[in-house]
Parts: sequence; structure tokens; C-alpha cells
Amino acid sequence: MPVNKIFSDCDKAVADIPDGATVMIGGFGSFGGLPVNLIVALARQGARELTVIANMGGVGFELSRRIKPGGYHDSGLLFENGQVKKFIGSVPALGGMPPTSPLEKLHNEGRVEIETVPQGTLAERIRCGAGGLGGFYTPVGIGTVIEAGKDKKVINGREYILEMPLTADFALIKAHRSDSLGNLVYKGTARCFNPVMATAAKTTIVEVDELVKPGQLDPEAVVTPHVYVDRIVEVPR
Amino acid sequence: MKSRLDNQTIALRAAREFPDGSVVNLGYGMPGLCADFIPEGRAVFFQSENGVLGYGNLAADNEKDYELINASDQPVIPLAGMCFFDSALSFDMIRGGHIDIVVLGAYQVSEKGDLANWGRPGRPATGMGGGMDLAVGAGRVIVTMLHNTKEGEPRIVSNCTFPLTARQCVSLIITDLAVIEVTNAGLVLKETAPGWAVPEVQALTEAKLVPATDLKEIEL
Repeated sequence: MPVNKIFSDCDKAVADIPDGATVMIGGFGSFGGLPVNLIVALARQGARELTVIANMGGVGFELSRRIKPGGYHDSGLLFENGQVKKFIGSVPALGGMPPTSPLEKLHNEGRVEIETVPQGTLAERIRCGAGGLGGFYTPVGIGTVIEAGKDKKVINGREYILEMPLTADFALIKAHRSDSLGNLVYKGTARCFNPVMATAAKTTIVEVDELVKPGQLDPEAVVTPHVYVDRIVEVPR
Repeated sequence: MKSRLDNQTIALRAAREFPDGSVVNLGYGMPGLCADFIPEGRAVFFQSENGVLGYGNLAADNEKDYELINASDQPVIPLAGMCFFDSALSFDMIRGGHIDIVVLGAYQVSEKGDLANWGRPGRPATGMGGGMDLAVGAGRVIVTMLHNTKEGEPRIVSNCTFPLTARQCVSLIITDLAVIEVTNAGLVLKETAPGWAVPEVQALTEAKLVPATDLKEIEL
């Protein structure tokens, strides 16, 4: 009998995330691909001193209305609530937007630490952590602030930087459909960071548009195999 | 009164650099406009680092789907043959040399082709996104930008003072005043905006420009 991974709502699915946890949050930038309902549930739950690993720091609800009519919640909500001590990602704040995102405001006040990582390096550090590897060499960041304090190596005449793996205690993931075992398929560009983050956490929590029975997903189309998924919440649109 | 080129015209000029069948990534802001100016008869495959290859123009208001966006968070339309992938594969594609051209915006470009396009004074929380990976991995880096800052300061400089994206990566600079090629012999001024003379463009440029033997006006 497979373990029951189905949770009735997002609040129950995030209830045990403790203070001090490291949490990966899927998505890319704006609405598509963000696990919005899990983020809102984590804000309600109130865990503090979190380290958040995400591509973008979120714009916050006010600015989100410039991107999507009606607006949406993103990880800006967790910063606004003072739940986060450190952010690791490639776009903490958008230079093209006013400097009013919750993360940027808190960082400027010295209340949240930021580790800025080139986007491809972020994806690869997560894949590295997920795959049990100890690091990798990349040419990205040579001659920039990114190389500071890191080991360098010349390989075949080209300079590389050693980058280290990233893992998390929890990953909050958005997928399109899941079967009850946890096999996942995604939709369009909402795939982005979700599949790689789903593989790198001790506990992976997924919100999906639709939950189906085993056999109802084409095995050829499954992107995330069910061994990576621990909790599933169906949030119909 | 001589005028400077508008953003659409800069994008139109940049799009002429895309060969038939090429794979092109368009950066945040002005570069995104290039998608609307593909020369007739050419097929260009747009790659966006959030995980899509082969998308079409920007979506109209009534057809916006937030699960089909480019890396500037703008909804785009699907095209036959389009495909999706995750962020890790997307950056394998970029670092692995499968992107023929990337068009990026910039705060500064140096005479050696160093690029500074992400960090701004007074905004310590801004990040480079995928810009560093693209600048290092793409076959050819084209910069589209305004020739000068709002305050009239040059953006084409001897040495970048803003944080670098990558060293010696830019091939071609297209501004509202000029088209400039980065070569081992320095910055070659290839084209100027209509009515602008070489000394006038040089006066608005910190780095030394070498007029091309076949220097011409930008054809619009």
C-alpha cells in the first residue's frame, strides 16, 4: 500500500515547517509557476528565521498588479511578514521596478541577508545538491563579483569557478497535474525552476491544478517521478 | 534638428542581425521588442531562459496566458514546434553553446567589450538573473541601449565603473546614435543615425571610436 501523500489543504501541508528551515520556492518571476497557495499558507503558519531559495525575491502584492490584472501573492509576502533571514537567488529585486519590493526594503534596512547567484548557476547548484554531487566548475562569473572568495581552476585553457551544491529542508512546488503517487506534469513556462527544486529537498510539497489516479498520466510525459514528491494538495482553479 | 532613433528602430536594426534559422535569446526590456521586427522570409527560434524555445510575438490583451511568458514576464503566443524545458536544461542549452545570439540591454559597455548590465548604484538588491550565463554562453552578444544616460553621460566607456556581467563578451553595440562593432583593433563605428557626423557621435562617447572604411547611415 503506497503512503498517502494527499493533503486536504495547503495549511495542513506546510504546518510542520519549523523556524530556521531552508525552503526552496519554485517558479521563475511572476505568477506562472509560483506555488501561490503554499506561499500564502506558509505566511499564515508564521515560521520565522527562514532561508528562502528562489529565482526571484518577489515583487509583493502592490507591484504584482503591474504584472497581472488583479495582482497575486509571491514570496514578497514572507519578507513582508518578517519571516525570512536570508535569500538566495538570481533576482532579489528587479532594477526596472521601483525599489519598493518587500525584500529590497528589508535588505536596505539590513534586516535580510542576500546571496546573489547567476540564474544558471542557481539551477545547477540545486541539481548538484539533488544529485548528491559535491560541486561543479562553471565559467559564469569569471571577472565579476561572483568569483570573490571562490576556488578557481583552469581547465583546457579556460578559467572556471567552483560552485557548491544547494539543498533544502522543504520545497514548495507548483505543478499542473499529479497522480496520487506524486508523478508530476507541468504546464508551459510554469515548469521553470519547479522540476529541479522538487528533486532537492528533504520534503517536497506540491500544489496542483488537478489530481488524477495512477494510470491517467502518460508515463512518457511525466517530468518529476513520484519518488521526489512527499505531499500533494489539489487547488482547483 | 537631428533626432535620435527610438527604441523600436533600435530593435528593428538589431533584428536584422538574426540569420535565417538562428536561435536567439532576448534580454529584459528593449531587446524584447526585436521579436516584432524579424525580416520577412527568415525563421528565428526565440529561446527564453525560463524554459521555452520557439515562441511567437507578444500576446494581445485578450489572449494572455501567464503560463506562457518570456523572461521579461510578458505573455507571448505559441507557435507550431514550440517546446518547454526546466531551468537546469535551459542553462545547459545556454552555457553549452546552443544560443546563436543574445540581445541584452546595458548600463555600460567598455572599449574591450566588457558588459555591465545588472548592478545599479543605490540598488544593492538587484541581481543579474540569467545575464551572466547568457553573456558567457551565447555565440554572439549584441547590446541594444541608449547611447547616453538621462544626464547625458556616455555609456560606451574606456572601463566600466558599474559591476561587470562578463569580460570581453560584446560583439556589436546598437544605440540610438550608432552601430559599433567591438574588434581587436578597438571600437569600429560602422553606422550612424541619419544626420549625425562622426565627431558628434565621438563627443558623446568616452571610448575612442574608429570610423569604418565603409561607414554609412543606418538604413531605416
